[in-house]
Parts: sequence; C-alpha cells; structure tokens
Amino acid sequence: MLKSKSSRWLAGPYLVWMAAFIVVPLIIVIYYALTTSDGAFTLANLTQIGRYTSVFVRSLILAAEATVLCLVLAFPVGYFLSRLRANKQHIMLMIVMLPMWMNFLLRTYAWMTLLEKNGLINRFLGLFGIGPLNMINTSGAVVLGMVYNYLPYMILPLYTAMTKIDDSVIEAAQDLGCNVFHILTKVLIPLTGPGIATGITQVFVPSVSTFIISRMLGGGSNLLIGDLIELQFLGNSYNLNLGSAMSLVLMVIVLLCMSFTSSFDESEMEGVM
Amino acid sequence: MNKRTSKILMRTYVILIFCFLYLPIAVMIAFSFNESKSRAVFTGFTLDWYKSLFHNEMILSSLALSLVLALVSSVVATVLGTLATIGINSMSRNSQLIINNISYVPVVNPEIITGVSLMLLFVMAQTFGIGGEGGLFGWPTLLIAHITFNVPYVIFNVSPKLRQLDPSIYNAALDLGCTPRQAFIKVILPQLTPAILSAFLICLTYSIDDFMISYFNSGTMQTLPIAIYSMTRKKVSPEINALSAVMFCVILTIILVSNYLDSRSYKKNQTAIRKAMSEEGGRA
Repeated sequence: MLKSKSSRWLAGPYLVWMAAFIVVPLIIVIYYALTTSDGAFTLANLTQIGRYTSVFVRSLILAAEATVLCLVLAFPVGYFLSRLRANKQHIMLMIVMLPMWMNFLLRTYAWMTLLEKNGLINRFLGLFGIGPLNMINTSGAVVLGMVYNYLPYMILPLYTAMTKIDDSVIEAAQDLGCNVFHILTKVLIPLTGPGIATGITQVFVPSVSTFIISRMLGGGSNLLIGDLIELQFLGNSYNLNLGSAMSLVLMVIVLLCMSFTSSFDESEMEGVM
Repeated sequence: MNKRTSKILMRTYVILIFCFLYLPIAVMIAFSFNESKSRAVFTGFTLDWYKSLFHNEMILSSLALSLVLALVSSVVATVLGTLATIGINSMSRNSQLIINNISYVPVVNPEIITGVSLMLLFVMAQTFGIGGEGGLFGWPTLLIAHITFNVPYVIFNVSPKLRQLDPSIYNAALDLGCTPRQAFIKVILPQLTPAILSAFLICLTYSIDDFMISYFNSGTMQTLPIAIYSMTRKKVSPEINALSAVMFCVILTIILVSNYLDSRSYKKNQTAIRKAMSEEGGRA
C-alpha cells in the first residue's frame, strides 16, 4: 500500500480539489484580465494599468524600503539568537514569534493609535517641546507598519541559516586577520545567503500586496497595488476585468522577485560548496 | 572595540528590537483598562470595556463563526491532505513534482491573489446559476476557501515524515500477516500521528487568523478578523484594546502549555532512552 498503485487513488479527492480551486481560479483570473465585461477579447485592461504606474512604483518602492530595513534590523538579531545556548535560543525564538500570533489587524491598529496626531508618541514628544509631528497618513507610517508586521519573518530564516555557521569559522577568519567588516561581508553574509533570500521573499511579497497597512496607516493618499485590486473587486470602482489584470501584473512582480532571490540563493550555495 | 563592549552593545540592540515588537501590544493592553475613550491619556482604571466586549453581539457571533469554520475546514483539510500525501508518495517522481509545485501556489502567492481568484470562480459559478437566488457567497465559499489554503500545509507537514519512515517496518507487518489495510492503520498511521496533529493545529491557527482570503469570499458573513477590521474602520472603541488583551493572553497560555507539554514529553523520552540503554547495557 505504501508504494502500491492502488494507493494512488487516495490522492484523487485532493487532485480534483486542487484542479477546481487552485488551477481553475488562476485560469479565470487570466480569462477576466483578457476580456471585456461582455466576454470579448481585449488587451484594454492591461493597457489601462499604465494609468496607475505611480501606484505600482510606490508599492514597489515602499515594499523594497521595508524589506531592506527588515534585513538590516534583523541581521544582528538573528546572529545574536544563533549564538545563544540551545535552551535560551528556544525561549528567545518564542519571544520573537509571539507577536506574530496576534492578528495583524490588531497589531496595525496599535500603531494607528500610537502615531495619531494626539497619540501617545506625540504626547511623549510634547513633553520635550517637540511636535506634534505629522506621522500617521504618511508613506513613512506605511513602511513602519510593514517593518513591524513582517520583521519576525526576516529574523526567523536568518536565524535558521546562521545556526549552521560554526563559531570556529568566524574565529578562523579572525585569526587570519579579518576585521569586523570583513567577517560580515566575506563570511557571515555569504553563509547566510539562503536565509537572506527566504527572508526577502517573506517580507517583500506580503508588503507589496498589502492593502490593510496602507489603508490604516497611510490614509487615502498612499494607495498601493493591493488597495487598487481591492477597490476593483469589493470597492466603489467595481471592475472585475481591470482588477484581474492588476492581479496578473502583481503575480508577475512576485514571480520576478522570487526568481531573483532564488537565483541569488543558488549562486550563494555554490559559493559555499 | 573589545569583546565585552560589543557583547553589551549587541544585547542592548536586541532588547531595543524586542521593545519595538512588544511596546505597541503593551500600550494596547494598558489602555484596555482606561476609563475614558482617550488613546493617549490614562484617566482611571476600569474593566468596563471587557464587560462590553463580552456583550458585543457582533464580536461573539463572529468568534463563533471563526471557531466553527476553523474546526470544520481543518478537519477536512487534514483528512484530504493526509490521504493526498499517501497517494502522492506512491506516484512517479514527475507527477510528484508537478503536484507539489501546484500545491505551492497558494503558499507563495500573495494572499490577495488567492482571495480574488477564488472570488472570481464563485462569481462565475453564480452566473451559471449555482447557489440559487441567495447567491453562493457565505458559508460554502468561506469553507472552500479555508480548506483550499490549508491543505498544502498538511501535505508539506506530513510528507517529509512519510518519506522518513522505514519501509521495512511496513513490510515486516505484511510478513507477520497483516493485510495492507491493517498494516497501514496499525503501523504507518500511528507513526504519522504527531505530524498529522501538528498539521491540524497549523490549519486551525491559519484559519482563525486569516483575513485577506476570507475578506473576498465571505459575502455578508463576518469572521473574527473581518469583525475586527470593521471595528477599526468605525469610531474609536477601546473594546478593540480589550479584545487584543484577551487574545494575547489566550495565545500566551496556548504557547506556554504546548511548550510545557513538549518539554515534558522530551524529558519522558530522555528517561525512556536512558532506561532502555541501561537495560541494554545490563544484558550485554
């Protein structure tokens, strides 16, 4: 039964499910993207997206900013965690992961109240005679929301990759005359390559496709791709065909991002071998 | 810079990052006890927001929906996924590769794409008259959507375990007179149980936590995350703070308990191993 032909049938229900609810929906997205509301073939939906170039560019830039910030912030944390004793590592990982278990709407809402005009941060700054600063409804607030929500997704893969680096490798580099900067660029970063690649996709993909963070922290002036898509499907500018075309473009962006990081991942692995 | 100062710097930095991760949550919990609706000035202690939270019809009904939905979709996804794993395992390498790659799609695709693609499918089904006059959106679409994004997690959790199993154990069971079905139920399944259980738990948490995919496929129904979303869109209500505090405590309890159970079973295992080894030694 383990390897027998008859047990293949056990996968049958799932294969039907997979075809109906994974493959067919994606084909329907492509179909809608290439047709008018009457079902006639058109490329107008895709060319219309040109009007929203600024939104797409903004999404890419903000998501890239958030990803870079996460990488920079998470790198030392991952290193620190990976050098702890095993039992301590376990507790510290729990501490990193605990906020991730909170619903991300609640986490984003927390920042909404903190960044308000008369929110806690402005009150605090007011004690020193600063402000009130205009923090909410800015692109900075959106990036902050992305970094806050997805930082653990960067810390975890970095940490996992770094646990495989032996202390003696770093010591050897030191003995051979590397300074801190060279240890970082020649030893730590190359050896963490696969972790960096995973972390980048895990932060970039949700950041570039979010609509909650931009809506809650960015006000109306910081629309992202996600907001555009949501508006076409459930919002005021109901247009399933245009929304599908946008989804298609978003999928292409994500695929490009992943092929970029995975190529980076492989070349780093070869370097290690 | 000597080793000691760099160590202190590192520690300070990590503590700062932890503060960054936890301060917003701490502030929310603190203000859930605030008497006034202000989110910046603490005027006095009260438990009123908890009281009104537990009398909030919308929150309670959405919580009930989320729990039932999570339970049903996780059970279905676990069964479907486990069967699929066994079936896929006995296929040729090429078909395995294709199926696994397709199963990866909902995992790596942005959630919003999974959400809208399913929505389009249901919209299309409605135009063909499926779902009748009331339309399809609601309980059936939510259930289908949740099962769809949960099954791949079951497959990717159980299949490594299945591949690690020693096939000779199964063959031994056959040699000792088991039918293939018996061998599977009595020998293989018990060894997969921990992986299946953990897959089930992962499904539960994903399902309860999901907002994006449910949002596009819920019709007028409200799961807990959708209810939270509509609360954040409306006027300020400290009930959200109270809800966050409650959820944080629930999550913390679950993690502590599961950790405690883990470490206990680990210790149990260690003692069992030690005992077995000493017996082995005695025999030798």
